[in-house]
Amino acid sequence: MDISLNVNGHRHALSLDPRVVLLDALRENLGLTGTKKGCDQGQCGACTVLIDGQRVLSCFVLAALATGEITTIEGLAGEGEPLHPMQQAFIEHDAFQCGYCTPGQILSAIACVHEGHATDEDEVREYMSGNLCRCAAYPNIVKAVLAAKSDMAANA
Amino acid sequence: MREFVLERAGDTVEALRRAAARTPEDGNMQYLAGGTNLLDLMKLDVMRPNRLVDIAPLAVEHGRVRKLEDGLWLGAAVKMSQAADDPDVQSDYPVIAQSLTQAASAQLRNMATLGGNVLQRTRCNYFRDTSWGACNKREPGTGCAAMDGCNRRLAVLGVSDQCIANYPGDFAQALIALGAEVNVFGTDGRDRTFAFETLHRLPGDTPHIETTLEPGDLITGFKIPAGPWTRRSRYVKVRDRTSYDFALASAAVALALDGDRVVSARIALGGLASVPWRAHAAEDALEGRVLSEANAQGAAAAALEGAVAHGDNAFKVELGGRTLVRALVETRDMEIMP
Repeated sequence: MDISLNVNGHRHALSLDPRVVLLDALRENLGLTGTKKGCDQGQCGACTVLIDGQRVLSCFVLAALATGEITTIEGLAGEGEPLHPMQQAFIEHDAFQCGYCTPGQILSAIACVHEGHATDEDEVREYMSGNLCRCAAYPNIVKAVLAAKSDMAANA
Repeated sequence: MREFVLERAGDTVEALRRAAARTPEDGNMQYLAGGTNLLDLMKLDVMRPNRLVDIAPLAVEHGRVRKLEDGLWLGAAVKMSQAADDPDVQSDYPVIAQSLTQAASAQLRNMATLGGNVLQRTRCNYFRDTSWGACNKREPGTGCAAMDGCNRRLAVLGVSDQCIANYPGDFAQALIALGAEVNVFGTDGRDRTFAFETLHRLPGDTPHIETTLEPGDLITGFKIPAGPWTRRSRYVKVRDRTSYDFALASAAVALALDGDRVVSARIALGGLASVPWRAHAAEDALEGRVLSEANAQGAAAAALEGAVAHGDNAFKVELGGRTLVRALVETRDMEIMP
């Protein structure tokens, strides 16, 4: 079926089987491989993207029904532009090792801050629990989210 | 994932019309809302609909939380996160907000609707893994591999000799504790309202039939009646890890107290049973009595009487009782703002 995806401010016309989920459309059809396929079962959070600002799992969204504005990790900062405060905070706080979960962590963390669910360490841990990190970089992820929260408020 | 035809319904009337337009070859239509359970089970080849009717646009009609004169209305298309973050739900119906925030993850709560949430299927591994041949819920008449298998997480209440799968959700217990009603439209265009606790069916000899809904029925929302117990209500959930896990045992409690005496106790148990479980015996044991720890323990014993364990899940009988005692005491001790 013919569908139209609005990704990082660009509209893409695609012809896809109804079975294709957003995750695969981003990676296979649009070449946006920043969004990672972890479990493909809605359990790990690696495929997290924002749709209309809300964090969702792209492995559980049919591409044909993804009518909102989609933001992937590639959409946070263009070539030569400064990184998003959350990306910068992840670097400064050494919040990843292998990096595979990181795009999902960063998008989830941005939404977590915008939702107002990043008041302290406990709340960040609770509201980031849908993003698994097999390297267990959790302590530094929590630090990065809290640090970026101040930067995001200052930039707003 | 198997092939399916994808249709989009613009409103309730169109959804019901599409559901009614069944032909013999596409008898397996499913409504698609948040998709967090249905698409998962389709990827696993456990559910095999050949037609999906997308009902996301129905959020315009059924996507609101509304305070009523005599209670609360939760539309079926309301997202879990939306209800959990609603200030009225948090202050006046805390058991609902708590059952939702302690379920799933932030991403899943942004996607999953309340209507779909109450219909989520069991997490029994023998149901979800099609390489196991014996599952009466997935393939009627094939047996139950869980009886003598890895059944640590499965049910001890409401089970049958055909199935010991447990109902995995949390929100449904809150609805039962608050005496909610569910509103359903049939494909004939008529709607009906009935007690939510009659929505789910015990497994008995037909564990594949999980609800009293007819094909094409569409849940449009939940009415929670006002009552002296709604603000003194609480959800206690015990899990293997602190966050993002299904309940090993949980209790939804709503109390009307006169001093420390129980005027009315409403109790539902989760994680332990084949369906969202109303603990009538525990309610009866408490009514008119002082809510002491000893009486709470008596109520918990009454709630778990008749529990049937299958080896690995025997610990759930004790854990379920302790979970209920904790929930009762914590609900009693809640400070209710006037």
